[in-house]
Amino acid sequence: MGFAHFWLSGFDQIRVSFWAYLFVGLQNGALYAMIAVGYTLVYGVLGLINFAHGDVFMWGGFGAAFLTRGILGPSVATGWATVGLVFAGLIMGGLVSILVAVGVERVAYRPLRRRHAPKLAFLISAIGASYFLETLAGKEFGYGTNLFPAQVFPVGQTMFTVFNTPVRTLTIITVVAGAATLVVADRLVRATKLGRGIRAVAQDSETSSLMGVNIEKTITLTFIVGGALAGAAGFMYSLQSGIEWNSGVELGIYAFTAAVLGGIGNLRGAALGGMVIGLFGSFAVPFAFEGNTQWVEIYTFLILIGVLIFRPTGILGEKLGRTA
Amino acid sequence: MRRPEVKRLVTVLMVMAMVTLMTGESGDASTPPTTGPHGAFFEKVSYFGLFRARRWMVFLTLGLLAYGLMFLYQRYSPPVRKRIRTVTATPKRLVQMRSSRFAVYAVVIVIALSIPHLVTQSYWMYLIVEQVGVWILLAEGLNVVVGFAGLLDLGYVAFYAIGAYITAWMTGVLPAPPLFHHAIPTLWVIPIGVLAAMVVGIMLGIPTLRLRGDYLAIVTLGFALIIDDYVGNQNGITGGGEGSLTVPHFSVNLGVWHYHWGLNPVPYYYLCLIFVVLFVVVFSLLEHSRVGRSWVALREDEVAAESIGINPLKYKVMAFAVGAASGGFAGVLSAGLVGNINPTMFQYQASINILILVIFGGMGSIWGVALGAVFVQVITSYMDNYQPWGFQINDLYMYIGALLIIMMIFRPAGLMPSRRRRREIKDFEETGEGHLDEVLTGDEI
Repeated sequence: MGFAHFWLSGFDQIRVSFWAYLFVGLQNGALYAMIAVGYTLVYGVLGLINFAHGDVFMWGGFGAAFLTRGILGPSVATGWATVGLVFAGLIMGGLVSILVAVGVERVAYRPLRRRHAPKLAFLISAIGASYFLETLAGKEFGYGTNLFPAQVFPVGQTMFTVFNTPVRTLTIITVVAGAATLVVADRLVRATKLGRGIRAVAQDSETSSLMGVNIEKTITLTFIVGGALAGAAGFMYSLQSGIEWNSGVELGIYAFTAAVLGGIGNLRGAALGGMVIGLFGSFAVPFAFEGNTQWVEIYTFLILIGVLIFRPTGILGEKLGRTA
Repeated sequence: MRRPEVKRLVTVLMVMAMVTLMTGESGDASTPPTTGPHGAFFEKVSYFGLFRARRWMVFLTLGLLAYGLMFLYQRYSPPVRKRIRTVTATPKRLVQMRSSRFAVYAVVIVIALSIPHLVTQSYWMYLIVEQVGVWILLAEGLNVVVGFAGLLDLGYVAFYAIGAYITAWMTGVLPAPPLFHHAIPTLWVIPIGVLAAMVVGIMLGIPTLRLRGDYLAIVTLGFALIIDDYVGNQNGITGGGEGSLTVPHFSVNLGVWHYHWGLNPVPYYYLCLIFVVLFVVVFSLLEHSRVGRSWVALREDEVAAESIGINPLKYKVMAFAVGAASGGFAGVLSAGLVGNINPTMFQYQASINILILVIFGGMGSIWGVALGAVFVQVITSYMDNYQPWGFQINDLYMYIGALLIIMMIFRPAGLMPSRRRRREIKDFEETGEGHLDEVLTGDEI
């Protein structure tokens, strides 16, 4: 099979099942976008890559999975029970992730801020927190355990069919939940007093503290918002493929890529970047040699490197303070 | 009780809670919970390890005890602290004297030369070369990039991979046929491997080094992931996940004089030591040369450096190439020593592990980095092999992570900070200003 033939057959696959790839891409994109918001907010305010964010996401997934399993047990939910359980899972995931994210801020970042540590120290501390959270989950929940939440709706259930392509319930719920949480986060940052505080600190922390913004509270708030979205995404992700101790690593890197692609520090950029990475990753699948999905990773990073070299501030540009 | 004391009590108890979670048997979320008091109190694993009730009681009691001791220490501390200061003052002054620093070098070299006589087990000797020697080389190389030039490179492991895969390719143990279809002895690959790593450093550097700070970090991380994925998937070229066949050991054949590095790790140790010394000497000469000072200038203020005629891209690429050299050599050495090379050795986590050694020892300080590498690598190898206190190797990164956070809180400049860094810290402590306050103002590294 020649090289050209391989690429042509890839395009052929996309032509045949365009809609299926699109829906998968939208679903992944919503997840990436939700996680990317956490990276972007923290970066905007602290100028820091929060390496532990992927693991915050993973802990939220575990929390939601345990809660739904505890409520429902082995049966399958239908009707209103499904709606209730989805909300319960989202909220529980969000709460656990908020707890973990704020804990990371308190333990790994705040003491360093007090001591005026150099920027690299923060990065190392973040890497340490990431290793710690990841391995702690492995230790407590088992290194080989892939935990699925309870079946809040029948697995593989399709909601309706578009263009001869079945649309899964999971896709709809993920995209809707993603869109809703993103809109809420966007409104929060843009239109409330708390959000104004976040933007003010992102623009100029010293001046904003002179103007009466409580910097520590604002920083905690950014971790809360980021954590809530990551936890909700954790629940959605665990419904799709179960949650494991190291689930946060790969998703975290993709989401971070999304945040950079959209312009790190920019909330809408993160949402856009997440969608782009999700769709791109989905449509790149037919072009993976020998069906090996690691090629998708290679393509994604090539795109990232290209974007960064030619437009280093991402698609929408950085700076939370000005454009968020 | 006053408020700070309550706060400290809560902190101590939370630390002990963490210790409880971090120790003991691993849990498993897929096992059904053990119910009833017997399950909660007396079984080692009940449900996912969170409910080890006995352990909780023991550690929380210990926490209360620790709090009591701290309380007493706070109350009676001034004389104790004074005492500690007088005890540690003399060695500190000795280390700072120039003549005694040469004595320290001599002692280090004597210790390094006598290690093969002190360590009798061949297994440990092997580990010392593979886990300590190679990683010192990697850490020193990354130190040039991150410590001297201030470029955060999260894909440094790529150079290690290049060195190793070039070795395997040149000696003809990869599926891809060697250059000119003629395998060459492993020893002669050393210059080629080093050169190849440097060339790749330049090639990676020219497009990426225009980026700054975190963008550079993520792009280099991307390159590391790409190389990892690529070598893992090109079965026809790199052998895919299986990796190479056995790379032949090093050997010298100079007509009259033959030498073959065999399974005995001691000759490898000396080879590694020679190159460690070589790289350390070269790097420390570079550090104090015109090039090294340009790196410092670029690291501290790129715009100012550019305005006095330092070409940023040129010097940054130079830092990449110089740093890559020791990484490339480490790859060649480790290929010769280990034999089979495969993608698991070159995952992007390895770059972060190398960075940990650099930061731990003291970024920018050649001796500090070497010390950090020895310290961390010896401890992890020891934990891995002897598993004291029921330690499980799976949990290693949990402890490393906790250690990193604690280290960054209490000693962010590393075990042995570089002189410049020490001065900065001192300035800051004395005047309360200086450029340490960078995170909230968003300056570059």
